[in-house]
Amino acid sequence: MQNANKSPSSRVPEQKTRFWHDPAKRALAFQILLVLVVVGFVGMIVQNTLNNLESRGITTGFDFLSQQAGFGITQTLIEYTESSSYGTTFVVGLLNTILVSVLGIIVATALGFLMGVARLSNNWLVAKVASAFVEVFRNIPLLLQIFFWYFAVLQALPSPRKSIELLDTFYLNVRGFYMPQPVPQEGFGLVWLALVIALIVSYLVIRWNAKRQDETGQRFPAYWTASGLIVGLPLLAFLVSGAPLEWDHPVLKGFNFRGGMTILPELAALWVALSIYTAAFIAEIVRSGIEAVSKGQTEAASALGLSQGKVLRLVVIPQAVRVIIPPLTSQYLNLIKNSSLATAIGYPDLVSVFAGTTLNQTGQAIEVIFMTMLVYLTLSLLVSAFMNWFNSRMALVER
Amino acid sequence: MSNTRQLDDKVMVEMRGVNKWYGQFHVLKDVNLKVRQGERIVICGPSGSGKSTTIRCINRLEEHQKGDIVVADTVLNNDLKNIETIRREVGMVFQHFNLFPHLTVLENCALAPIWVRKTPRAEAEEIAMKYLRRVRIEEQALKYPGQLSGGQQQRVAIARSLCMNPQVMLFDEPTSALDPEMIKEVLDVMIELAEEGMTMLCVTHEMGFAKTVADRVIFMDKGQIIEENEPEAFFNNPQSERTQAFLSQILNH
Amino acid sequence: MSDLSKVRHEMLPDLPPPENTTGPVGWMRRHLFSSVTNTVLTLFTLYILYILLVPTIDWAFIKADWFGETRDACTSGGACWVFVTTRFSQFLYGFYPEELTWRINLAFILLAVQLVWLMIPKLPFKGIVSVLVLFVYPVVAFYLLYGGSFGLDVVETHKWGGLSLTLVLAVIGIVAALPFGVLLALGRRSEMPIVKSFCVVYIELWRGVPLITVLFMASVMLPLFVPAEVTFDKLLRALIGIVMFQSAYMAEVVRGGLQAIPKGQYEAAQALGLNYWKMMGLIVLPQALKLMIPGIVNTFIALFKDTSLVLIIGLFDLLAIVQAGLTDPKWLGYSVEGYAFVALMFWIFCFGMSKYSQHLERHFHTGHGSR
Repeated sequence: MQNANKSPSSRVPEQKTRFWHDPAKRALAFQILLVLVVVGFVGMIVQNTLNNLESRGITTGFDFLSQQAGFGITQTLIEYTESSSYGTTFVVGLLNTILVSVLGIIVATALGFLMGVARLSNNWLVAKVASAFVEVFRNIPLLLQIFFWYFAVLQALPSPRKSIELLDTFYLNVRGFYMPQPVPQEGFGLVWLALVIALIVSYLVIRWNAKRQDETGQRFPAYWTASGLIVGLPLLAFLVSGAPLEWDHPVLKGFNFRGGMTILPELAALWVALSIYTAAFIAEIVRSGIEAVSKGQTEAASALGLSQGKVLRLVVIPQAVRVIIPPLTSQYLNLIKNSSLATAIGYPDLVSVFAGTTLNQTGQAIEVIFMTMLVYLTLSLLVSAFMNWFNSRMALVER
Repeated sequence: MSNTRQLDDKVMVEMRGVNKWYGQFHVLKDVNLKVRQGERIVICGPSGSGKSTTIRCINRLEEHQKGDIVVADTVLNNDLKNIETIRREVGMVFQHFNLFPHLTVLENCALAPIWVRKTPRAEAEEIAMKYLRRVRIEEQALKYPGQLSGGQQQRVAIARSLCMNPQVMLFDEPTSALDPEMIKEVLDVMIELAEEGMTMLCVTHEMGFAKTVADRVIFMDKGQIIEENEPEAFFNNPQSERTQAFLSQILNH
Repeated sequence: MSDLSKVRHEMLPDLPPPENTTGPVGWMRRHLFSSVTNTVLTLFTLYILYILLVPTIDWAFIKADWFGETRDACTSGGACWVFVTTRFSQFLYGFYPEELTWRINLAFILLAVQLVWLMIPKLPFKGIVSVLVLFVYPVVAFYLLYGGSFGLDVVETHKWGGLSLTLVLAVIGIVAALPFGVLLALGRRSEMPIVKSFCVVYIELWRGVPLITVLFMASVMLPLFVPAEVTFDKLLRALIGIVMFQSAYMAEVVRGGLQAIPKGQYEAAQALGLNYWKMMGLIVLPQALKLMIPGIVNTFIALFKDTSLVLIIGLFDLLAIVQAGLTDPKWLGYSVEGYAFVALMFWIFCFGMSKYSQHLERHFHTGHGSR
C-alpha cells in the first residue's frame, strides 16, 4: 500500500519499451537476421559452384538441351533416334515416367480396394489373407521388390527361341511380353463412332433414369444397360462393317521377335512392384476409411429398411470417400515419386534417362537436377492443390 | 393418473422365449413380450441389463440365437426379405441420433421413402416436410445435421423414421445424449406421437415420461424381465426387491 | 393388481449358448461358411493358399540345403541357403575388418539397451537415458564405428556395409533430422511471415521430390557447393542428403503432434508468465513429443526401407551387398534366396516397429498414456 500514492498513470508516458522487449521489433530483427543468413549461405554456395564449374570448364545454361544426344533409349512413346536432342530425352523420360505411373495407379487402386474390402470381410480366412498381403508387402523395401520381380522372376524366363507360348499369339520370354498389335483398317472409324454414340446414350439413359426415379419413384438397372450399350454397340458396328481390323503378329526372326507390341521386362517389373507395394498402402487407407464411418450410420440406414447394397451405396461409401481421397492422392503421389526407382533396373524413366545418362554425358548437374526436381515438384503442387480443393468442397458442414 | 385405454387386440410385436449370447455371455434370458397395436411400453433397468439389446433384436440389428420374434405378422428369421419387410414397418430412434452427416435434413428424411418405398422425389420431399413440420423443425430442412443442436437432431431423427410411415417405433435411450434443456423438446414430440396412437417401445430413464405415457412399464436386470406392470402400480407398489432398489436409486435424487 | 402385472422372483441361471453357435463348429459356421458365397470364397482361398504355400514351404524348408562352402553343397533341389550362410558375416558387417566387428556389435548392443530401456514403461530415469541416447551415444558410437581415438584404429567408411550400414544410415537419419524437424515445425506455426514462408517452402520442396533425386543431388551437386579443397566422404554426402530430406518429413510429424496439444495448455502456460521458448520447452514439446512417437516410428520405418536406395549412388547397404554377391560368377542363379533373406531381415525390423507404433497409438488413444 506504500505505492498507492504514486499515481501509476503519471508514470506511463515515461516508460519506454526497450527495443529488445518489443515483440514486433524483435520479430522484425529476427527475420532480417534470417534473411541475411539465408542470402549469405546461398551466395556462398553460388560463388563456390561458379568457381568449381569454371575450374572444370563446364559452361552453365540450358544450351545443351538442343545438342545431339547420341544414345539409344529402349522404350520411346514419341519418335526418338540417337540423333535427337537432349531436350527430347527429357520429354521421352517424362512420358515414360507418366506411362508407368498411370499403369501403376490403375492396378494399385483396383488391387488396393479389393484387399481393403477383403480385410473387412466377415469371412475370417479372406480377411486374414488380405491382412497378410498388406503386412508382407508394405514392410519390404520397394527397391527390393523391384529387384525380385526383375532379376529373380523375369530374368529367369526362357530365351526368345524357347518362349512360353499362349494360343500361338502371345509370347513370353526374357526380353519381354509380346502380343499382337491391332492395326485399324479403313472403316474402323465406324466402331469409334459407335463407341462415342454408346457413351452419349449411356449418359442420357443414366440421367433419364435418375429423372424418372425423381418423378415416379421407379428405377431400372441403368448401369447394366449402359455397360451393355458400351460393349455391345461398338461390337455390333465392328461386325456390321466387316471386322475392319488386322493384327500385326510378333514373329520370331533370328534371335528376337519383330512386330506386334511388347511390354519390356523393365516396365513389367516396375509396374508389378509399384502396383503391389502401393496397393498394400491403399488397402489400409480403404479399410480405415470404411471403418471411420461409424457403426451407427449403418445401423440407422438398415433400420430404415435400406438393403445392404443401398446402405453401402447411399450412406457408407459417400462418407468413406471423404476420408479415403486425401491419403489416396498422396499415395498416388508417392507412386509417381517411387517410379524414379526405375533407374535401378534401367527402365528409361525421367531420372534414369535424363538425371542419369544425360547428366553423365553433359556434366550439366545443376541444370539437369533442377529440371528433374522441378517436374516432381510441379506434380506434387498440382496434386496438393487438387487435395485442398477437394477437401474444401467435400468437408461436412458443421456448426 | 391412469392410462387405461381400450386397446386393439392385434399383436404388433411378439417375443417368445428369446435368448441371446455374446460369445459365452448370456445377455438375454427367456425374454417374453407381447405388444398390442397402439400400446406404449417403457423398458427400464440398470445399464447392461439387456434392454437395448431387446429392442435391437426386434429389427434385427442384433441376431438372437433361440426363441421366436414375430413383428407385424412377419416372422423374423434369416430370410433377408422378411428382415427388410420388418425394417420397413419398424422405425427406430437412436441414442446418438445417427443422422447422415453428408445429407441435408430434408435428404435424410426423403432417403428411405425414395429408395425403399420407391416414392417419387417430389412426393417424398412433401412427406418429409410434413413430418419435419410436425416435429417443428421445417425451417432447418436445408441445413446439414452438423449445424443443428442435439435436440434438433433428435427431432429430425424422429421425423426421418416417421417418413416411412412405420407401424411400430423403437426408441433406444433417445434423450440420454442430450443436454437437460433439450430433453423436453424431444419428449414433447414423443408424447404427441403417443397420443396419436403409435405403437411404441421406449428404452428410457425418463420416469416422468413413463408415468404420463406408458401403458406398461417393464423392468429388466441381468438380461431378463424382472417385473412388468401398469405405471401406477409399478411405481407405487413394486413387487420385486430389485425393482425397489432400482427405483429408489433413480427417484431419490 | 391388474392382469398386466408380472413379477419374477427367481433369477434365471446363465446357460451356455446353443451347441451350433459355439465351439469350433459354430465358429466355422459363422466365420467361414455363413452363406453360399462365403463357402465358395473360403474354398477358393484355401485352394489358392494350397497351390502357393505348399511348394514354397517345400522349397524353402523341406528340400533346402543350409550349410556348406560352395554351391556344390546344394544338392537337394530346394532353396540353397548356403549362399546366405557362407556370406552371413559379410551381409551383416560389409567389408569391416573381421577382428574389429566387436565394435559394431558393441555399438548396436548399447543402442538396443537404451532403446529397450525407453520402451519399457516401468523403468526409471527415462530422462537421463533420453539425454544419453541423443547426446552422449552418438559420440561414443562414432568412435566405436569409425575409430581414430582411444586407441581404436580408423575404419574408413568405404569398408562399412551390410545390415550395419543400413542401420547406421537410418538411425543417424532419424536422430539428426529430429532437431531440424522441431525447428521447422515451430517455424511453420510461427506468426513471423518470413520465417513461416521459409519453413513452408523448405518442407514442401523436399517432400515434393523423390529421395533418389535428393541422393543424386547430394552425390553430384554437393561437391560443387563447397570450395574445391573440401572433400566429402561418400557416406557423409548420402547422410547430408538423407537428413535434409528427412527433416522435412519429421517437421510434418512434429506439426501433427503440436496440433494435438489443446489451446488451453498454451494459454495456461502464458498465464503463468512463461515466455515462448519456456512455454514450448517445458509445457508443449514434452507433451507433444510423446504423442509424436508413433509418427516418428512410422517415419523411421519409411526411412529404413528407403535406405536401400543408397545402392544407386554406390554404397553397400544390406540390399546392395546381397545384390553384389548375386553377380559373383560362382553364385549365379541364387537370386531368390538372396532376396528372400534381405526381405526377411527388412520385414522383421519393419513389422516389429509397426506393431510397436500401433500399440503406442492404441495406448495413447485409450488415454492411458496421455498424462
